Amino acid sequence: MSTLVAGRTFPWVRRSSAGGPVQVDTDTPKPQWRLAVRAFSRDRMAVVSLVVLVIVTLAAVFAPLLTPYSPTAGDPVDRLAGIGTEGHLLGLDGQGRDIWTRLLYGGRNSLMTAVVPVFVVFPLALMIGLFAGYRRSRAGEVLMRILDVLFAFPLVLLAIALSAVLGAGLGNVMLAIGITLIPYMARVAYTAAVSEASKDYIEAARAYGANPLLLMFRELMPNVVVQLLVYSTTLCGLMIVVASGLSFLGVGVIPPTPDWGIMTADGKNVLLEGIYHVATIPGLLILVVSLAFNLVGDGIRDALDPRKQTN
Amino acid sequence: MTATIRNRLLSTLLVLFGVSLIVFLLLQLVPGDPAVTILGSGATAEAVAALRTELGLDRALPIQFFDYLGGLVRGDLGRSLTVNAPVTDIMLPRFANTIILTVAALILCIVVAVPLGVIAAHKQYSIFDRVSMMVSLAGASMPVYWFGLLLIGAFAVTLGWLPTSGMYNPRFPGGFTDLLAHLVLPAIAAALVPLAVIARMTRSVMIDILQQDYIRTLRASGLSTNSVLWRHALRNALPPIVNIIGLQVGYLLGGVVFVEVVFGWPGLGQQLYTSITQRDIPVVQAGVLFIALAFVIINLLADGAVGLLDPRTRRKVGA
Repeated sequence: MSTLVAGRTFPWVRRSSAGGPVQVDTDTPKPQWRLAVRAFSRDRMAVVSLVVLVIVTLAAVFAPLLTPYSPTAGDPVDRLAGIGTEGHLLGLDGQGRDIWTRLLYGGRNSLMTAVVPVFVVFPLALMIGLFAGYRRSRAGEVLMRILDVLFAFPLVLLAIALSAVLGAGLGNVMLAIGITLIPYMARVAYTAAVSEASKDYIEAARAYGANPLLLMFRELMPNVVVQLLVYSTTLCGLMIVVASGLSFLGVGVIPPTPDWGIMTADGKNVLLEGIYHVATIPGLLILVVSLAFNLVGDGIRDALDPRKQTN
Repeated sequence: MTATIRNRLLSTLLVLFGVSLIVFLLLQLVPGDPAVTILGSGATAEAVAALRTELGLDRALPIQFFDYLGGLVRGDLGRSLTVNAPVTDIMLPRFANTIILTVAALILCIVVAVPLGVIAAHKQYSIFDRVSMMVSLAGASMPVYWFGLLLIGAFAVTLGWLPTSGMYNPRFPGGFTDLLAHLVLPAIAAALVPLAVIARMTRSVMIDILQQDYIRTLRASGLSTNSVLWRHALRNALPPIVNIIGLQVGYLLGGVVFVEVVFGWPGLGQQLYTSITQRDIPVVQAGVLFIALAFVIINLLADGAVGLLDPRTRRKVGA
């Protein structure tokens, strides 16, 4: 162990003594996050995907500015008018509601039901992972074994079952998805914590007599957070599909509230009559947003991989 | 080896116990009193109390659970709240239909995904590789329900080649060929996402293996590319591939719920959907239980297959 320690300054010693911004060592010319940002910006697919996500989010937030119509009130006279109808770029649905308007307002619910649970569960999963994986606390280990049982249920099925018993509605969907995500996210944090904890720098710090809690939060946690963040981004992509799927099945957001899944389900009824645009458009958007989250997740993962940061 | 199998079976039993506990607890999550839900809000207090006693809801929770567990072991999952029949009688035939759909989708997955991944790995960075991986990335993000609708729109409504829904033609049921015609679209819809994931996984495993020394040695000793690829490399890639296939069955079984609803396939998923809308919780519980059971058993089989394919895991797990 002494060979490991010899001739090196330890970052945690430096950081714990200084409260301000971290001084950069001479042997690391740039902070790692800046290298990562540069690597990410070179990944064209990831950048385009990020732009898509930002646009979709902004469009959902500023929906009232982008459309004169109401998302819930329709004009039955022009019902099912196709793409390119005057005044209704993407056409009208079965109840004569403007599809563009419903996409914008629906984005609020679809994005919220997918993203909010992921970020609410994030700190919880992180704590479970750290305490079970690094501190090896008995309670944490027992909790991990209990969570293992939840893996016997396919993810989608668990979400469906939970929202079925909780009942439909925006809050219940988020609750159901959140509960479903706990084992998955906790497992990733746990695995990351276990593998980080066995690395030399942690062992060296332990031998050096670092405060275990401080070590866990200051040194171990950032590395676990990063891995969990990559996973969470990918999960958001999956959850867009799952959350909209719950609404599609009628156990998610309650109609007439717009939601991409509900809109797809609305289109299902007229599909057999040969009218495709009502179902096709919202589904396509779900696919694009889900794909974008996946590509951004891949981009972040690659950008944080030191082997891929260099040219 | 026997010790490995015994341990694995034991842990499976524990998981199944946990699964039944969670499924049992699902009922407790339902807001309100189930007895009131059954009788309606206008029921008298006496009627509600009588029904609670009849359903055993007035007893302590652990006793209710062990009662439920005892029922499970005997194959008794309670009675449906909407149809006057035991849940088992409703679910078993539907479970069989779901298995038909799942197996068809799984075969499709394996037959398409594994060769796709192997060829993509062999021709890494070629047009074929890039296109197939781009398509499978999109496939992995696909909303199953929407993809199903697209298939219906294209092949059933516009082209009229295949039926839109159901399992048999209601007017002229035509046996196996009829079943097959009804099976094509739902099987493709259910297979897409796992297929994409398995293809990507196969590709990355194969790329790792193709870079190893023994492959170079095999090539240098004059073996044909096909023999190296399909006999030697793929054989070593199989354990992780089988593993991921086992796990993807979970996504398949979850996705099947959507596929069955979209295609009107009379399986567990569709029944689950109907029962959810009717708030028939015992049937919902049974549906969830059956699907989890299938998932656990398939993963047990996948683990067994990995053990057969990879001698190293046998020793490791047994130790």
